[in-house]
Amino acid sequence: MYFLFAVFRRRFAFGESYSSAADSVIAEVGPGVMHNTEMNTSLGADAPRAAARTETSRDERQADVVAALTAVLPRAAILCRHEDTAPYECDALTAYRASPLAVVLPETETQVAAALKICHRMRVPVIARGAGTGLSGGATPHHGGVVLSLAKFNRILKIDAGTCTAVVQCGVRNLAISEAAAPYGLYYAPDPSSQIACTIGGNVAENSGGVHCLKYGLTLHNVQRVRGFMVDGEPVEFGSGGLDAAGLDLLSVVVGSEGMLAVTTEVTVKLTPKPQLARCIMASFSDIESAGAAVASVIAHGIIPAGLELMDKAMTAAVEAFVHADYDLDAAAILLCESDGTPEEVAEEIVRMEEVLVAAGASRIEVSIDEAQRLKFWSGRKNAFPASGGISPDYMCMDSTIPRRRLAEMLRAIEQMQGKYGLRCVNVFHAGDGNLHPLILFDAEDPEEMRRCELFGADILETSVRLGGTVTGEHGVGVEKLNSMCVQFSPPERAQFMAVKRAFDPLELLNPGKVIPTLHRCAEYGKMHVHRGMLPFPDLPRF
Amino acid sequence: MDQGDPVLVRLVDQVNHARSHRSPLDIRGGGTKAFYGGPRKGEPLDVSGLSGISSYEPTELVVTVRAGSLLCELEAALDEQGQCLPFEPPRFSPGGTVGGMVAAGLSGPARASVGTVRDHVLGVTMLNGRGEVLTFGGQVAKNVAGYDVSRLVVGSLGILGVICEVSLKVLPMHRATATLCFDWDENQALEQLNLWASQPLAVNASAWHDGRLHVRLAGAAAAVNAACDRLGGAAVAPDAALSWWRSLRDQSGDFFSLSDADLARGDCLWRLSVPATAAPVGLPGRQFIEWHGAERWWRTTVEPREVRAAAALAGGHATLIRGADRSAGVFTPLSDVLMRIHHELKQAFDPECVFNPGRMYAEL
Repeated sequence: MYFLFAVFRRRFAFGESYSSAADSVIAEVGPGVMHNTEMNTSLGADAPRAAARTETSRDERQADVVAALTAVLPRAAILCRHEDTAPYECDALTAYRASPLAVVLPETETQVAAALKICHRMRVPVIARGAGTGLSGGATPHHGGVVLSLAKFNRILKIDAGTCTAVVQCGVRNLAISEAAAPYGLYYAPDPSSQIACTIGGNVAENSGGVHCLKYGLTLHNVQRVRGFMVDGEPVEFGSGGLDAAGLDLLSVVVGSEGMLAVTTEVTVKLTPKPQLARCIMASFSDIESAGAAVASVIAHGIIPAGLELMDKAMTAAVEAFVHADYDLDAAAILLCESDGTPEEVAEEIVRMEEVLVAAGASRIEVSIDEAQRLKFWSGRKNAFPASGGISPDYMCMDSTIPRRRLAEMLRAIEQMQGKYGLRCVNVFHAGDGNLHPLILFDAEDPEEMRRCELFGADILETSVRLGGTVTGEHGVGVEKLNSMCVQFSPPERAQFMAVKRAFDPLELLNPGKVIPTLHRCAEYGKMHVHRGMLPFPDLPRF
Repeated sequence: MDQGDPVLVRLVDQVNHARSHRSPLDIRGGGTKAFYGGPRKGEPLDVSGLSGISSYEPTELVVTVRAGSLLCELEAALDEQGQCLPFEPPRFSPGGTVGGMVAAGLSGPARASVGTVRDHVLGVTMLNGRGEVLTFGGQVAKNVAGYDVSRLVVGSLGILGVICEVSLKVLPMHRATATLCFDWDENQALEQLNLWASQPLAVNASAWHDGRLHVRLAGAAAAVNAACDRLGGAAVAPDAALSWWRSLRDQSGDFFSLSDADLARGDCLWRLSVPATAAPVGLPGRQFIEWHGAERWWRTTVEPREVRAAAALAGGHATLIRGADRSAGVFTPLSDVLMRIHHELKQAFDPECVFNPGRMYAEL
């Protein structure tokens, strides 16, 4: 199981064997190398011949599919030559690549429907794609499928200050919504770190979060209506122009479905009045336990900060070298605690936050005096990922969530794992909501390090489930965390997920092979299902 | 949730029995919302034995509670810690359960500002129509592992399965509140509410009826005071405000209560969910507006067809909350594609169709 995110300097690529696809996927990678990522499997001696046969039939299949699509789409909207489809071979989880049969770039909903109808008739998997910034491989193509790029759906259709909503096409960038809403004193609250590039369609697919979701919620809490198409090209609308819709709350299950239930083309999002002021407290702690306890204490005092983030010492050192923001390099952990609202509200809340942090043992406290200083405080946090790239050839980003009160326990466990796997790990957390982003530092050129890194990552995820948490807080399962789903969910729970999938998409053509692991895969992974923090026979020693 | 719990085991047995005989079950908590939805059919499946708070850690802002627990007991436990269910679920009468609250999915006056029941559900343990006990979501606010089934069951009226236990996000109570009132007609009230919507004011709830708009402000004391100064209007005394909002939340006032005589002459209570900026819905009868204009309650005797047409014209949908004749359906009919998905989901969770048949739509 590979969890690799970003910054491969060598071009790595892996194929995936999708459960529902007839053909095994073989993707070409760096110069002349082939990999098969399914754990515990290998291609075997007959692989090259089998691959050659597959390639011939694939060429024929590709020609048929392209010919059919050409009948309904402008020629320029269909890419099928390898050099044209190469940019679509992966999303931001670059370790997984596959070359699709074709990439289509429709410009109208009619074209989306037509392309879907053809793919449905020909039983071709369809992978919808926004900006390709996803971190879990949700948009990794299917070797026998078509990538449906929705990049051209980039218009903001309406901003309505009276209902505090915006109607936007799915390819509109997250930040572009806030920019368009700014003249009305409004903004779109969920702010994933990729907000400059990621699209609202992708946010809907992943139920994206961000640093402000403790106070303002996830994508689901900020979306009112999704318009799009079923797998067979039939138009559909989930939610409504009002605050709810008749029948089951299908919007809940469509948001976060990772492109497996329907294709989104238009979204009505909720806008939030822009706070008049925001101020941030930077607090240092001399040990990680008291930092963890301070987080719980802030919440216990009835304060919901606009953001509450934690960086450990190693992370702080890495970002300080990167952004020079005068972070306290002696602190074992740094907390960033933000208040926003009216000036009166912020003044009142900052005083209360300071009191709580001091009582929790903060060794140094600094409150931003102006917007420039506030942004400086945040600059390190926002650059945590690139800064980690500066201190290690590669890093792997984890995304589990645990109950807040287990933070210190988790950090100690990660410290032990560093020794166990012989790798360093720097930690940055959305502490307010218990969402962890440990970054495991390693060198992908060393296969042995890479193997240990994968084990380290799996260990973090399984520990998170054992502590009562979840394997993914905001990045999604995609292909990256399929194995970990075996640990978090029981076989009947996974079967129920699959039944939900089939209720929308009976032939399993939308983004097949993502999110829900097959029984077979879980059996091969061989890890026990851990039920909500309770191991069967918890008293037995386990090694 | 302990799968060996004797109450749960009995429920599983009962479901398995019903499944093998294809006989319908009528899932029951406190029965306080029996009036809501389509007619009830089948053997009662009593969930009230599944009671008690399983875990509550105030610093986590999460409570996990078994479905048969009384809503009033849960709220009392939260109150002790200075926390609350911010979406103000209606209680109708004292016996309502937490499972019923989730299954009905109804939210109160603060909904437009703080979100719905669904927005605060983090995880659910349910019993599906195959007799399987399944857990989805969890006890953490950020969780995108698998489809969000825990939120799909909110407002499902029990048609997908039996809610056994639920984890809810709770919030600290507001430090300060204030209620203002304004003597404005419908047009003026709607116009002003739409204007306030885009401003960073601490407006937490609003309600217009019979020429008077009530606005509740909530938040930090400084913010509430500042908003009071900006908005003007007449201040309502705290005690009076408290009981006024409570009566609205629980739908216990005259407007929401239909006597037998009212019912006999065909009077109905309708809930229209429309965009907040929709023009006044001109139906004959009396109206109550909530959610900054997005929820419009009507007491009217006109045909369901007319009410639904008016709601559709306003860009929304209409639900028959109370009325003697429910033959035209309680909920707005779905498009073909949505009904197909509903059918398929029903099959996916409850293949023998034992749970609450007809409670949401006659054909489900």
